[in-house]
Amino acid sequence: MDYFLELLFGGLTRGSIYALIALGYTMVYGIIELINFAHGEIYMIGAFTGLIVAGLLTMLGFPGASILAIALVCAVIWAAAYGYTIEKVAYKPLRGAPRLSPLISAIGMSIFLQNYVMLSQTSDFLPFPELIPEFDFLKGSGFPMSSPELVIVLSTVAVCIGLTLFIKYTKLGKAMRATAQNRKMALLVGINVDMVISATFVIGSSLAAVGGVLIASHIGQINYFIGFIAGIKAFTAAVLGGIGSIPGAMLGALVLGLTEAFATGYVSSDYEDVFAFCLLVLILIFRPAGIMGKEKIQKV
Amino acid sequence: MRKLHLIALCIAMVAMLAACGGEMEKAEKKDEQADVATGEIAPAGKLVLGVAGAHSGDLASYGLPTVNAAKLVAAKVNAAGGVNGMQVEVVAQDDQCKPELATNAATKMLSDDVKIVLGHICSGATKAALPIYAESQIVLMSPSATNPPLTQSGEYPNFFRTIAPDDAQAALEVAFAKGLGLKKIAVIHDKGDYGKGFASFCKQFVEKEDGMEVTLFEGVTPGAVDYSAVVQKIKSSGADAVIFGGYHPEASKIVSAMRKKNIDIPFLSDDGVKDDTFIKVAGKYAEGVYATGPMDFSANEIYKEAVAAHKKEFGADPGPFFPEAYSAALALLTAVENAGSTDYAKVTEALRTKYVDTAVGKIKFDSKGDAEGVGFAIYQVRDGKYVEVK
Repeated sequence: MDYFLELLFGGLTRGSIYALIALGYTMVYGIIELINFAHGEIYMIGAFTGLIVAGLLTMLGFPGASILAIALVCAVIWAAAYGYTIEKVAYKPLRGAPRLSPLISAIGMSIFLQNYVMLSQTSDFLPFPELIPEFDFLKGSGFPMSSPELVIVLSTVAVCIGLTLFIKYTKLGKAMRATAQNRKMALLVGINVDMVISATFVIGSSLAAVGGVLIASHIGQINYFIGFIAGIKAFTAAVLGGIGSIPGAMLGALVLGLTEAFATGYVSSDYEDVFAFCLLVLILIFRPAGIMGKEKIQKV
Repeated sequence: MRKLHLIALCIAMVAMLAACGGEMEKAEKKDEQADVATGEIAPAGKLVLGVAGAHSGDLASYGLPTVNAAKLVAAKVNAAGGVNGMQVEVVAQDDQCKPELATNAATKMLSDDVKIVLGHICSGATKAALPIYAESQIVLMSPSATNPPLTQSGEYPNFFRTIAPDDAQAALEVAFAKGLGLKKIAVIHDKGDYGKGFASFCKQFVEKEDGMEVTLFEGVTPGAVDYSAVVQKIKSSGADAVIFGGYHPEASKIVSAMRKKNIDIPFLSDDGVKDDTFIKVAGKYAEGVYATGPMDFSANEIYKEAVAAHKKEFGADPGPFFPEAYSAALALLTAVENAGSTDYAKVTEALRTKYVDTAVGKIKFDSKGDAEGVGFAIYQVRDGKYVEVK
């Protein structure tokens, strides 16, 4: 039973990690039907910014918890700026173009950012400091989660609730939903669609940056390539849950994380990915739009 | 105007992250230059040292340093009066690391009446040529063929090597684990050729030992975001040690995750982990980790002398397998000297019984032909540094 619980919590952590990244994929897809392949790289840039800021603050002698807070804020701002710029540079000029063009542009952006960080920083692995403090109440309590894991799960839950409320009740959230439903109509009723799209990229990138800093501090190492695998898994999670749907991304990420954890625990980690992708195939056979995706009726 | 804004934004972005980057170090490697001697048949009173291996083609960079090493050793021995009064001459045969060319090279050696051969370089080529040498009682010594069965099969009493076989690392690791009194071993690998190969050898050796067992044999996916499930599995398997086959990024993630979950069992790994980056990345969690790595012979006098001679003669740093090749040439010529002739039985006897000082240390060969005293050593991380465990 203990073993089951440990795997369950491990899977929850892993699912939360995927969820933080998957939200960005699904939001962007919901609004402009573009798979933003550069999103994984935003996550990586967030982690790098966190590392640089944390390094500077540690040198200046700041106390532990404040380093985490400041590093998070800086990473969010910096990654949001990247998200904003990428949208303006790589996607906006192609808005009227066939759907394949921005997709290729996204892949190009992803490769560019990876190589840029590799050249400007290093291609080696770098140690990431443990920014998340150990909580005293967890020690000896027998709770099968370490404090970084707990922080990651709780932040993901908080982010998910916050985002849902934001989309549902704020003016910008309403404008986002309107744009997602019908961009032309949204323009006609006076919504600044360009601004809404930019805001989507900024929010998605910020979430990825939060994920980048928290996850890097949990794992303890980063390099220029971490965004690729995390991005692929998060993208899978978003598709699993129904791309374009925010609750879908969270659910998909959790399902993926738990599947991987239990597959490793009860079968073998050799087959971790096999199980994850078999599940994806199965779900897409029975629900082609994903668990929570809406099926669109295509008119011929 | 809007475009200008955009461009300015991009430049600002690039500049700020780039400003944090370190200087790129550019190290240019000089190509090793070595030419192949197309020697003629030696007149009487000369001792011919055959050198076979890849001297042209894709893998020439592995073979040419051996030719250089043979020439340097020959020059050194000749300057000191030769072997039993005979001057040493080096004759090279190219096999391009291809088995079909290797048999040709062996036949040529045979028809040239060469008695001692340094080579071949690649395991596949060596395996193809060995029966020809064995049949005509030619002593073959390779500086680089690491395939375990070449010696361990026992089929080729004429074959020797100055490099440790592929499974030597695993054998040393398991012997060391046994010495620490560890019984239940969890073997983890990264599913790659190198890591899985090492892990499979470890599993094999652990299963052979009485009282030792493999409690877990699993591959992890390199680059995955989290290894906690595997770590839980190690814990629930009841293992009292982990042997990991793979490279340092995964090793540091696994060892950190283990220590964070308060699993304090010994962590043993391979020379993919014996890298200072591992210590840098894993930080305090690296303390106490064991890793096997090649023996350090950089302080060896003969090695230093050989490298200096190479620089003087060829104007460049020596290439791969140079120390092993230099040692093999020394061992062969010394064995002929000790035997008093190139008689097959006497030379192999001398190789197996008499120690010789070489660039990789003082060695002699065991009954199967592997050099004793070469190969790997165990290192442990102590105070942020790898220290050899004696």
